[in-house]
Amino acid sequence: MSDITTVDARGLSCPQPPMLALQAMKKLGKGEMEVLVDTVAARENVSRAAKGAGWDVTVEEQPGGYYRIALKK
Amino acid sequence: MTSISRFFSSRWGPIITGIFVGVIAPVLVTLGNPGNMGICVVCFSRDIAGALGLHQASVVQYIRPEIIGFVLGALIAALIFREFKPRTGSAPLVRFLLGMFAVFGALVFLGCPWRAYLRLAGGDWNAIFGIIGLIVGIGIGIGFLRMGFSLGRSRPGPKALGWVMPAIMVVLLILLIVAPQFGRDASGNPVGPIFFSAKGPGSQHAPIIIALVIGLVIGFLAQRSRFCTVGAIRDTILLRDARLLYGVLALIVVAFITNFALGQFHPGFADQPVAHTDSLWNFAGMALAGLAFTLAGGCPGRQLFLSGEGDGDAAVFVSGMIVGAGIAHVYTIASSPSGVAAFGPITVIVGLVVCIVIGLTMREAKA
Repeated sequence: MSDITTVDARGLSCPQPPMLALQAMKKLGKGEMEVLVDTVAARENVSRAAKGAGWDVTVEEQPGGYYRIALKK
Repeated sequence: MTSISRFFSSRWGPIITGIFVGVIAPVLVTLGNPGNMGICVVCFSRDIAGALGLHQASVVQYIRPEIIGFVLGALIAALIFREFKPRTGSAPLVRFLLGMFAVFGALVFLGCPWRAYLRLAGGDWNAIFGIIGLIVGIGIGIGFLRMGFSLGRSRPGPKALGWVMPAIMVVLLILLIVAPQFGRDASGNPVGPIFFSAKGPGSQHAPIIIALVIGLVIGFLAQRSRFCTVGAIRDTILLRDARLLYGVLALIVVAFITNFALGQFHPGFADQPVAHTDSLWNFAGMALAGLAFTLAGGCPGRQLFLSGEGDGDAAVFVSGMIVGAGIAHVYTIASSPSGVAAFGPITVIVGLVVCIVIGLTMREAKA
């Protein structure tokens, strides 16, 4: 992982993953960031929130059973 | 498979789930369930608590197959779509307390959010005060979330952990069918350990197999669509995301139409089935429930679906609900159609204080 903003939302309950991701997106404004989640529901919620805020979303499944959601604007 | 997943994660997933519940809940009433109680997760948890002898309110004792179906239907969906993921460790004790207090609040109102919407759709205008209370409670919970409230992280758990709640549900199903009567009362009549109501709401139920299958279908649909009757309001306010709200609105509209078609729509405040007219405590009870559900991350139905997909913390919340339902009837906290019970109001106040302290103090521990 590089020095880009990372929101580690693994293991957190609803609605914290999309909420924390949105807060970070707002703070960053634009650029690149990543969100880590470990359930499909959180992956869907974060992706939907990011798309709604106008970010490009790429999801990568990681070894160890979690997802890295790369966001770009 | 991916196209099915995509469909359910779209706006249509919750809408389809809401439409199904909206049609089927009133039909369950026609088939025998109590009035405006086609589905009520809290009332049904209370009936299960009574059937297990955790309380002796003889009119509300029955093992509701819908609840069993919710968990097992979600389990089946999670297994098919590879989302079965045993996990635990996010403040289970606090979740147990939240489950208890959510049930105390809901039983002062006489219904969980599912039933609040179904009562509204059946013309029970007392539900309006409950739903306003629910929205206020969720709003307070959102305030805590914005301030950094968190119950902390769950960790992946052993596979076996995820099977515990489904196994408990299978045992409940066996107890429902076998209904063992090993005990004897003073005059030698068989009694317990499983108790079923001979009269009252507990005696009113749809046929077991129909209720179970409907529960399985709802559990399956809701696991796929993430249907949540509290998340609907929470996400709309907090995230400006109305996806789940469409599901709840579909439920209310379709349940209204179905009730109308079945002749079960009776508008008014007085003489509503399993309801009372104390607006203040209808409001306050659901405010407590809404706050507790929000702090725990979802409505009682969602907690059942999550426990079916392996979430051990949601399973602890469900355990808190069942134990809390027992306590609510032992200590005269739960209301009855004649009104609020002796210790209902004070319990709601204590519950609000406890939930506010939880909201203010629980933060994620820094590693």
